[in-house]
Amino acid sequence: MPKTERRTFLLDFEKPLCELESRIDQIRELAVENKVDVSEQIAQLEARAEQLRKEIFSTLTPAQRLQLARHPRRPSTLDYIQAISDEWFELHGDRGGSDDPALVGGVARLEGRPVVMLGHQKGRDTKDNVARNFGMASPGGYRKAIRLMEHANKFGMPILTFIDTPGAWPGIESEKLGQGEAIAYNLRQMFSFEVPIICTVIGEGGSGGALGIGVAECLLMFEHSVYTVASPEACAAILWKDAKKAEQAATALKITAWDLKELGIIEGILPEPISGAHAEPLEAAATLKQALIENLERLVEMAPEQRQELRYQKFRQIGAFKEIPL
Amino acid sequence: MSLFDWFANLRKTEPLIQEQQEREIADGLWTKCAACGVLAYTKDLKANQLVCAECGYHGRVDSDERILQLLDPKTWKPLAEEVYPTDILGFRDRKAYRDRLREYQQKTGLIDAVKTGTGLIDGLPVALGVMDFRFMGGSMGSVVGEKLCRLIERATAERFPLVIICASGGARMQEGMLSLMQMAKISGALHRHQKAKLLYIPVLTNPTTGGVTASFAMLGDIILAEPKATIGFAGKRVIEQTIREKLPEGFQTSEYLLQHGFVDTIVPRTQLKKTLAQLISLHQPFFPLLSPSQKLERHHSAIHNAI
Repeated sequence: MPKTERRTFLLDFEKPLCELESRIDQIRELAVENKVDVSEQIAQLEARAEQLRKEIFSTLTPAQRLQLARHPRRPSTLDYIQAISDEWFELHGDRGGSDDPALVGGVARLEGRPVVMLGHQKGRDTKDNVARNFGMASPGGYRKAIRLMEHANKFGMPILTFIDTPGAWPGIESEKLGQGEAIAYNLRQMFSFEVPIICTVIGEGGSGGALGIGVAECLLMFEHSVYTVASPEACAAILWKDAKKAEQAATALKITAWDLKELGIIEGILPEPISGAHAEPLEAAATLKQALIENLERLVEMAPEQRQELRYQKFRQIGAFKEIPL
Repeated sequence: MSLFDWFANLRKTEPLIQEQQEREIADGLWTKCAACGVLAYTKDLKANQLVCAECGYHGRVDSDERILQLLDPKTWKPLAEEVYPTDILGFRDRKAYRDRLREYQQKTGLIDAVKTGTGLIDGLPVALGVMDFRFMGGSMGSVVGEKLCRLIERATAERFPLVIICASGGARMQEGMLSLMQMAKISGALHRHQKAKLLYIPVLTNPTTGGVTASFAMLGDIILAEPKATIGFAGKRVIEQTIREKLPEGFQTSEYLLQHGFVDTIVPRTQLKKTLAQLISLHQPFFPLLSPSQKLERHHSAIHNAI
């Protein structure tokens, strides 16, 4: 992302870094005007900026990570699909009267292998976001997703899903069309597929809306993505009765990739370029592609029943309780 | 303590106990209907399964009462009673989750928000899960997930039909992502039950919302609902705040879901046991009265007679 653009989408915690960078630019300009050689000082300052960047991005709080996960320039599902696939053919419609633009999918080729890719699609700008409903899918979206997954299962193509949504769309129409039923149906059906399933949280994993395409034997997360049971804002409003406690909620809910790895919910964490995936989208895409191929190679070796058993056991063991004999 | 002291103590505490008992009886003798305000004699109300005789309002039933209402007497065999909740995240909002759990356990006498077990409905075996709204709003955490999974797995192994009485506000936020994942975990167990071609009937009671609606509540072969229950995915307030509109009358009620095709029928509580028994019996394997060889014989004799 160009420097000027990065400044327009500046996050709070990036400010000191940005100030330092613009100071370096000023010095450079002044040096050119006055014809003074300051290359040594500039190199020093740049090293300091690099150091500062590392410090900032290696000590992010969960709330700051959430900001990165929601960054308006963060690569979206379609960005990744286009970057990682050799070919891509988008398919439309749930065959029940709607085509949800907030959930996209189709057939693709990944390193020669035909696959089905699908995921939540956020908009790239305000206008696009309105059309895409900010990546919040309606029942039709989840029904389109399951239709595409059934397609994949029929033709023996692995299913690759990308999660990036604030949550399922909470509207009158959604309830009328059975948002709960649509998600529930997907959860159960995804256990039935014989083909490998890999889900990757690329940005925001928001509650049931994320889980609706999130049942897999292999669940991956980008370093700065988050996955939550409820948005920290909603959680703060409900549990703390104070929406301003969102930062506290973000920490308490354990939403980062490391937390979820520790809880046995995800299999792997994909490292991001130093300032986040939006800074170097192609680098992030290359990481994703590599991880998908590696995991696919491992999963396609297994028998279908073995994969189903793996998927079942993965979820079966999630949970924390104690057993006190009677 | 001497015997004399003991008697003295007993005398001191005696009136207190009596007073408490008296108050309980006085308070509990009559119950005011939350919907129409009519006073009903509590014994009559209980006999009518906490349904107001005046307006038909379905009062909240706790899990023990529900089990009594549904199962044949003395057939309930509880499962997984040894599973207790724990606070693995060290979660604290305005209160520590650990303390909250202890408080609810003391207040309700429950371990967590679901009771599971097996029993008979009109002589037919069934695996039964009953959620209890009194325990943290029936929220679904690891214990609810684990107990329901063990129940479903047992039903699959024993080839029992499965009935789950749903009453829940959704996922238990205090368990973070562990609670969300229970939705998938239970759905996975239901997939195996379904694959074994077994019957599953969820009964949606007031309220059934959030993650419970988006998983096992909506996965029944047949879905029943109690009258006028709130059933939905997103909370009403969330929807109103998102779309900035007032919600239509009767939105997210049992009747609304029936109208839009998401439940099969609405069953008054007083008819629930009978309905479940009928549906389960309709789905029992059918054994024809005549064996195939008997059928063949009859066929031959019919031909013979015709000739």
